[in-house]
Amino acid sequence: MTSAAPAKTQYEAVIGLETHCQLSTETKIFSTSSTQFGGDPNTNIDPVCMGLPGTLPVLNQKVLEYAVKAGLALNCQIAPYSKFDRKQYFYPDLPKNYQISQYDLPIAEHGWLEIELDDEAGSLVRKRIGITRLHMEEDAGKLVHGGGDRLSGSTYSLVDYNRAGIPLVEIVSEPDLRSGTEAAEYARELRRIMRYLGVSDGNMQEGSLRCDVNISVRPVGTEAFGTKVEIKNMNSFNAIERAINYEIERQTAAVEAGEPIYQETRLWEEGAQRTISMRMKEGSSDYRYFPEPDLGPIQVSSQQLEAWRTELPELPAQKRQRYEQDLGLSPYDARVLTDDRAMTEYFEAAIATGANAKQAANWLMGDISAYLNTEKAAITDIALTPQTLAEMIGLIDDSTISTKIAKDILPDLLAQGGSAKDLVERKGLIQMSDPAVLEAEIEQVIAAHPDELEKYRAGKTKLLGFFVGQVMKRTGGRADPKLTNQLLAKKLNG
Amino acid sequence: MSIDREQVQKVAHLARLQLTPDEETQFTTQLNDILDYFEQLSELDTSQVEPTTRAIDTVNVTRVDQLQSTAVREQILDCAPDRDGEFFRVPQILND
Repeated sequence: MTSAAPAKTQYEAVIGLETHCQLSTETKIFSTSSTQFGGDPNTNIDPVCMGLPGTLPVLNQKVLEYAVKAGLALNCQIAPYSKFDRKQYFYPDLPKNYQISQYDLPIAEHGWLEIELDDEAGSLVRKRIGITRLHMEEDAGKLVHGGGDRLSGSTYSLVDYNRAGIPLVEIVSEPDLRSGTEAAEYARELRRIMRYLGVSDGNMQEGSLRCDVNISVRPVGTEAFGTKVEIKNMNSFNAIERAINYEIERQTAAVEAGEPIYQETRLWEEGAQRTISMRMKEGSSDYRYFPEPDLGPIQVSSQQLEAWRTELPELPAQKRQRYEQDLGLSPYDARVLTDDRAMTEYFEAAIATGANAKQAANWLMGDISAYLNTEKAAITDIALTPQTLAEMIGLIDDSTISTKIAKDILPDLLAQGGSAKDLVERKGLIQMSDPAVLEAEIEQVIAAHPDELEKYRAGKTKLLGFFVGQVMKRTGGRADPKLTNQLLAKKLNG
Repeated sequence: MSIDREQVQKVAHLARLQLTPDEETQFTTQLNDILDYFEQLSELDTSQVEPTTRAIDTVNVTRVDQLQSTAVREQILDCAPDRDGEFFRVPQILND
């Protein structure tokens, strides 16, 4: 009797993200010091954020507004009654020895966001990722380790408390993510939403957006979770993806080899492209939360909630859908264009003045994005107005200029601005579309190349391209390409 | 007795307090006395009372997001047990 070899167990990853997002306020969450990045050490400190005796924290109203708006944009339920709590632990970056955070009554819960992914066949897949909660809290300070670059081996540390008390929202996802790609896309979408709302700049290099990953593996088809490992220290979306892929492999290999997985925190090492275990003191995670006695509770009235809701902009997912359904863009184009809110504003201004949506999208994603990349500029920096882009597309549509000429004049318009039509007239670039005029040019070209003509007529019809090129050269690129092709073919074929 | 010596040791550890055995005994007794004292409150019928975390009835105390520098950087830095120029200096964090 024969039997099939047992199929190799397939594993899947179960991933959730905890994202800390700095809110774009002028001042700290509970005090009036500046939130400016990059100041000299300990310049943005005050008695409140340093927890000096006799001080009283007062909530910055912008923090509440931004947190509620973020909650609404993430389809959360906003708590009618919310409060702050003290999370207590000892670490030198925490001046008060407790962090003011929210424990059991966060400002927002039970939400979701939608990510767009390409499946293996390259088709679009949409997936809804649950948001467990969103809460407000204060950031801690920054440590500089003396006598060594890293914590271990340092003989002392220096502390800069500029960041202590910077307002954050912590956003916790459900364990709905299954791969590094999904997790990175979730983080990107989260950042897009925050930027659309204008509540955070989402700058990962400056620490305005930080993602911690919780990850475990389990055999496909099982319900129970494996042992969860936390990974920290990824400072780009790509690093999130790579750290997760590394960790999936590491954990899967350990499970297959029958080795235990420890519940621990691991650090992503960008240089070595691996995660390493972080030594943690046992028993230190007993935070003894209790209600913050210095801050009153928060009650968001339904009128206030509705007022804030009406201030929400159209969000990335809604825009993607509208661009596809109403403007006929491909899912890919819709995704690329809506990545940046300023880009969508530019695009929408261009089509409002009559530009064809598909063409405007092509110019923005093609030549204009290439220019922005080379110049390291933002769409808001260029001299070309959306109206002029629409004007230029109009000139192509009515055959005043060819696409080729448009590409030639674009750098001038991007750098100098001004009217596309004026520029075309001033430079004498108006397309030659008069058949009589073109025929005359074509005859000149044919007369000048008798050898090529002979070869063409002998069957080497590929030479049509050569003749088109010569006509373009003679006319400085102004010949109407379509008409030139037609007329040339006719003449060449005798 | 609702708190034992082990719990006192744990709380002391979390609060980074080093207690002598005598102090542990003393605090175990004292903490239990305090808890017994609070236990008297459970004689009241609170089944009809909404739970609250505070005695003062205020909500939504907030301030506008407006910069106000305090210009006390030097004084605050000087308050620290140890400073190093513009930084606060703290002892070794991990014992290797």
